[in-house]
Amino acid sequence: MNEKHLFAVTALFDTPDEIIHAAHETTSAGYTRFDINTPYPVHGMDKAMGLKQSRLGVFALVFGLLGATSSVLFMTWVTLIDYPLVIGGKPFWSWPAFVPVAFEITVLLASVLSVVTMIVLYFKFPNNSHPLHDTPYMKKVSSNKFGICIQADDPTFNQKAVEEFLAKVGGKEIGPVFFDLEDLDHGQHIFDPKFIGVLALTAILVSGGTYFTFNKLLYMEPFSWMSAQAKLKAQRPSDLFTDGIGMRRPVEGTVARGFLPYPFKGKPDEAAKNLVNPLLPTKEVIDRGKTKFLTYCSPCHGNFARGDSRLAGQFPNPPTLHSDKVRNWPDGSIYHVITEGQNVMPSYASQISRDDRWAIIQYIRVLQRAHNAKESDLK
Amino acid sequence: MSTAALDYTRELPVVEGSPTAAEVDATIAAPLDQFPSRMWWIIFSIALSFFSIGVFCIGMTLYKGLGLWGVNQPVSWGFDIVNFVFWVGIGHAGTLISAILFLLRQRWRTGIARFAEAMTIFAVMCAGLFPLLHTGREWLPMYLSPYPNQHGLWVNFTSPLLWDVFAVSTYFTVSLVFWYVGLIPDLATLRDRTTNKIKKVIYSLFSLGWRHSNRHWQHYERAYLILAGFATPLVLSVHTIVSFDFAVSVIPGWHTTIFPPYFVAGAVFSGFAMVQNVLIFVRQAFNLKHIITLDHLEKMNKVMILTGSMVGYAYAMEMFIAWYGGNQFERFVFLNRALGPYAWAYWTMVSCNVIFPQLFWFKKIRRSIPAMFIIGITVNIGMWFERFVIIVTSLSRDFLPSSWGHYTPTFYDVGILLGSFGLFFTLILIFVRVLPVVSISELKAVIEGGQPSKH
Ligand code: HEC
Repeated sequence: MNEKHLFAVTALFDTPDEIIHAAHETTSAGYTRFDINTPYPVHGMDKAMGLKQSRLGVFALVFGLLGATSSVLFMTWVTLIDYPLVIGGKPFWSWPAFVPVAFEITVLLASVLSVVTMIVLYFKFPNNSHPLHDTPYMKKVSSNKFGICIQADDPTFNQKAVEEFLAKVGGKEIGPVFFDLEDLDHGQHIFDPKFIGVLALTAILVSGGTYFTFNKLLYMEPFSWMSAQAKLKAQRPSDLFTDGIGMRRPVEGTVARGFLPYPFKGKPDEAAKNLVNPLLPTKEVIDRGKTKFLTYCSPCHGNFARGDSRLAGQFPNPPTLHSDKVRNWPDGSIYHVITEGQNVMPSYASQISRDDRWAIIQYIRVLQRAHNAKESDLK
Repeated sequence: MSTAALDYTRELPVVEGSPTAAEVDATIAAPLDQFPSRMWWIIFSIALSFFSIGVFCIGMTLYKGLGLWGVNQPVSWGFDIVNFVFWVGIGHAGTLISAILFLLRQRWRTGIARFAEAMTIFAVMCAGLFPLLHTGREWLPMYLSPYPNQHGLWVNFTSPLLWDVFAVSTYFTVSLVFWYVGLIPDLATLRDRTTNKIKKVIYSLFSLGWRHSNRHWQHYERAYLILAGFATPLVLSVHTIVSFDFAVSVIPGWHTTIFPPYFVAGAVFSGFAMVQNVLIFVRQAFNLKHIITLDHLEKMNKVMILTGSMVGYAYAMEMFIAWYGGNQFERFVFLNRALGPYAWAYWTMVSCNVIFPQLFWFKKIRRSIPAMFIIGITVNIGMWFERFVIIVTSLSRDFLPSSWGHYTPTFYDVGILLGSFGLFFTLILIFVRVLPVVSISELKAVIEGGQPSKH
């Protein structure tokens, strides 16, 4: 359908005085659907056209108040309710400190939203398909002419009469402006393949970009959450030292805390004589000894040290620890067996710390006493 | 117009000669339609080279870290913060001209407002770069904003540094909106003038379909007034809040109540010097001498005498209070500024800001282009040094002599400063080629015969 429809009749004027006069006349002639197009705001035109004052100021006031209250309420909620923090010994609700932010938010909302309101609500922009666009009329009022445009949808519109009227008030280049009905096609375009294509592409780009940024990029140099740091790491090579090793060896003969060499190697008698259990049989020590005994000793010696190994003949059965021999041994002798091993029993020096060995001994003593309870214990 | 015939009691015409509206279109749109001149390319490549020095130094800083800079303990604020305050200050002239002078109905602002606003935006962009670099983790700026996060933490609303984030970003946004709103009718005029298809599409998109309709002008003028009304307190608040970064702390030399007005005056001072300097070139290069007239430049110089004297008064008052206040630390800091290791910077600042601008009291100097150009440059040097003196001298000599230090900038510090100038001038040079440097519609409204004879 290419039929032309009449949109309006337009006329041009040369000076601001003429256009003001024309606007007056048009208003008094009773036209309501008309517009004046001027390259800049001409003083007095609002009155000549009979326009009411712009209400944009009311919007600005509302948006400003919105900004002020919402920001103050938000800061109050943060500092009083959501995460109260004492800052500089001041009260939680330090309202003077909220003034700058509240002010900025007020200005921000009031100015940006007023402009958006003006463009979207009052102007109904963006709109590049208005019939006046790309007409010779538009090209002139955009530069140095002043134009009037009486629209065809005015209730009293009659092309002939309007043209005559415009000629009477001194208009030049009077002429009609048409529009294509096709231009007014405001149908749905959501399922247009082009539109869907653009949407899909945007979705892929945005999600791909986000994924890449947060899961890959931020783990690369130099964004690596501070994980790359110019420092020596244990067990890592380093150019700093000539041997290329990051970690330094201790000075010859250095002994780590708690690792003094065992002085009674191969001397069970001296161990029996000199070693004294440093731990008292408290509940904690016995509990600890029990845990360690069940872990390290029970597979061979049995849960109650009765020599009933769980190894089912795969290893020579050890003797019971309830023998008179072991019961009469001083703690030092048992310590010596754990530390050095005895015949087929291996040494446990590398697995069990010194204190734990003494704790195990305390537990063995408990077991021994329990297995050989005297009459008097029952009283 | 000869100097002798000047009559200050009469309001000067905004535009010299009486160009018609069509001539205004042609003059202002001319640079957008021609291929840039040789001179433009030369200046553009210089600006771009400076910018690339900055890009290199920023890239290295990003990769290697802040260790490349001269900052140390105790001087942990160095060139980064000096440049930030400097550039934010430069930005103030634009909003002052477009908003405050608009409310005061100073019609002479018409010729220079658009350009000054653009400068504001570019200067704030340069300024914004520095706090971001200063954080050391430029890719995590979201931590500066109050957003709901897994830590359940919010930003500290009682910290001046946070106020700064809000002030500068609001300032940038509102300036941008203000500037864009001003551009809409001009873009529509350009849309209707151009014969180039691609340009037409771009202008159509950005002019949003503006039809110069008076039913729109009505709201448009109201919006402009509202924006000017909000931008006026905003521009005063921005440098006030920047000064809080210092004044709210307890460092001697920073902890003073004179800072907010003193900073605002200084900002306007340096901003006007920058606008004046750049406009001298623009009016020459694009034949705008009748639109950006010598009278406009002279008026800017007068603003500079005023604000320069305010800054001078502030220097004197700081010294006086340091003595009169009787605080030993304050007194020491101010003596140290004038006589200590950074005395050269202090005296550069005083001579550039207080002494040279006073030459503008002479009408001959005020109206001589070379003289005002040189004084404008010295003002900007002086204002840059003012921030340097405030920041570095105070930090390097605080309460405990055992923790005193010294600050020496490195190659990277200087490189980034040069880079920010490169960025600024690159943006300006692009701006003058792609957008009208003077507001076409505002200018048409003030030329002779532009308004009805009686209304
Ligand atoms: C791998 C099995 C095994 C484990 C585990 C083991 N032992 Fe033994 N243990 C033996 C054997 C076998 C003997 C007998 C060695 C010999 O023939 O002299 C023995 C002997 C002993 C003796 C000497 C008994 C005696 O009568 O001479 C003591 C005391 C002893 N073990 C304590 C321990 C303690 C305490 C632990 C836990 C830390 C432990 N053993 C863990 C196998 C084990």
